[in-house]
Amino acid sequence: MADLLHYREDGPHEEPAVTLDAFLDQSNATAVRLESDEDARALLPYLDRLTLIEISFPTFKDGRGYSAARILREAGYIGELRAQGDVLVDQIPLMRRCGFDSFHPQAEVDRKALAAALERQEYVYQRAADARQPVWKLRHG
Amino acid sequence: MYRYDQYDQSIVDARVEEFRDQVARRLSGALTEDQFKPLRLMNGLYLQLHAYMLRVAVPYGTLNGRQMRMLASIARKYDRGYGHFTTRQNIQFNWIELADTPDILADLSTVEMHAIQTSGNCIRNISSDQFAGAAADEVTDPRPWAELLRQWSSFHPEFTYLPRKFKFAVIASDEDRAAMRLHDIGIRIVERDGEHGARIFAGGGMGRTPMVSHEIKEFVPLSDLLPYLEACLRVYNRYGRRDNMYKARIKILVNDLGAEEYARQVEEEFAGLKALDLDPPKAEFDRISAYFAPPAFETSLSDDIDRRDPDFAVWLDQNVRTHKQPGYAIATISLKPVGGIPGDATAEQMEVMAALAERYSFDELRVTHSQNVVLPHVRKADLYAVWQTLREAGLAEANLDLISDIIACPGLDYCSLANARSIPVAQKIATRFADQKRQKELGELKLKISGCINACGHHHAGHIGILGVDRKGTENYQLLLGGSGAEDVSLAKITGPGFDEDGIVDAIEKVTDLYLEQRTEGERFVDTYRRIGMPAFKEAIYG
Repeated sequence: MADLLHYREDGPHEEPAVTLDAFLDQSNATAVRLESDEDARALLPYLDRLTLIEISFPTFKDGRGYSAARILREAGYIGELRAQGDVLVDQIPLMRRCGFDSFHPQAEVDRKALAAALERQEYVYQRAADARQPVWKLRHG
Repeated sequence: MYRYDQYDQSIVDARVEEFRDQVARRLSGALTEDQFKPLRLMNGLYLQLHAYMLRVAVPYGTLNGRQMRMLASIARKYDRGYGHFTTRQNIQFNWIELADTPDILADLSTVEMHAIQTSGNCIRNISSDQFAGAAADEVTDPRPWAELLRQWSSFHPEFTYLPRKFKFAVIASDEDRAAMRLHDIGIRIVERDGEHGARIFAGGGMGRTPMVSHEIKEFVPLSDLLPYLEACLRVYNRYGRRDNMYKARIKILVNDLGAEEYARQVEEEFAGLKALDLDPPKAEFDRISAYFAPPAFETSLSDDIDRRDPDFAVWLDQNVRTHKQPGYAIATISLKPVGGIPGDATAEQMEVMAALAERYSFDELRVTHSQNVVLPHVRKADLYAVWQTLREAGLAEANLDLISDIIACPGLDYCSLANARSIPVAQKIATRFADQKRQKELGELKLKISGCINACGHHHAGHIGILGVDRKGTENYQLLLGGSGAEDVSLAKITGPGFDEDGIVDAIEKVTDLYLEQRTEGERFVDTYRRIGMPAFKEAIYG
């Protein structure tokens, strides 16, 4: 596993994440891992006490995690949201927009390429889970 | 038509630089072909049988003379002097060098064009009615709605890794010239109590499992449109199948859930998204709409046309349609010369079309899903001059909607997915039915050819469809009858055992002969088929 990439003020959450089933069964865990086919909405009653939600990307083509991330952010989750698995450099800017703020890619990420990718688009067309203003907002105030 | 502002231009320019960087990483070996593939596909670059193919977006099929000239220049500079207009109103260049692609994209960006999202499992180019803004039967110009969707869907952070590709069409007329019901989501703009809104259809498509879409919402007002579509996409992104790429399109999800249940889940998601207030204000739609204001049509022009030249009169009757503005007409330039490659145009022909648009059509051109090009706003008094120029350029074929106006995919001549060639079959059929009087006698007859079951040539939607398959190593062609992509949408059915290349042409002659024998007054081929049914046609073919 490659290094953790982290974009939060607070440090990365260190405790291992438990599975969704284990979490729903017990638990006072504060970190949970969602597989790509699991429903993020199952976590909505517990968002206040979670500090890490890790979402799995078994292959880069599996885009379900982008929706899961937005659903969690739309519901008010403010803890760490981590993308883990087959996470590619050129996907990280989109994942940031969906609310992910940490990344645990299975393969090492080219930091220079990543920095360039994150800087590249000055403007975006949509409002999403990040703080960026869409161009329509810039056009109309 | 729409013009980029500094923001649109900046976004496209940044994309060019990004792709330049990605191509450099690929050429240096830092990226493997496997890693590079999803990146190039997001920019419309495919690796075909013989070379790279670049697909350039023509949003909702609208372009101006300067843009068409740039396509000609790219054809000349980076390809073999021609391009191929596609069924998504785009253009493809078939002989591209990978190392040239960043420069091609940079050239395109100088005329406000790009290849963004012309492939990949994302929201593709939004298609629309090629007669938008000119059609007498539209309630409004659908293109501002399409442009709103273009911007919303460009680099959408949540919907770039969908289960499969996703195609929208937007129309605003009774007549459906965009195969709207055969799209993942089809939108028809309608009027209710003086307000325009979107009637939404979901789950249509062709491919291996053709389906006609279901209406899921009668009326979505403009203010709800983007959150509603965002909800449609989110339900699909979360629950569309990912275990089998052949069952991954939204049509399978809508079919498995049932349209009502899909619509219910969309409503639930919509309620949450609407409350977040994430969407542009009405002022943004108004800003976009202003670009599509009608051109400065002259008033009190005559509707008279001098028909003394009989060849011109034939073209006029076949390729020219009614315009909403008196004194004007809509002229379709056929890219289907007998014996030619459907949808192909040379660089010189593109320049002729550009010049005609600039001089006679308020600098506008449209690409049609039937792989032709339209001059949308021509003064009737100018039609003869337009036709003369087209004739000199080999562009005056008078066959719009006739049997030789064939939709065909590139087939095994180019495509790495194809099982059979499409182009030679199209050429043989057009040659067999070349006689203008005979074509005219057969009337409206939409013939569509695909070289494999992926159905890029829309064979399911053909009055006559042809599907090329591989049968024990030889090309074999199945015949289908009774499809339509228009407002009378239906899916074609296979007649029976397939044919070789000459056999399929003979079979088509048999079914058209039967039609001529059986038709009643005013019936088109497809009407007769629907009335008398498949058995009679089977008997004629195999009996």
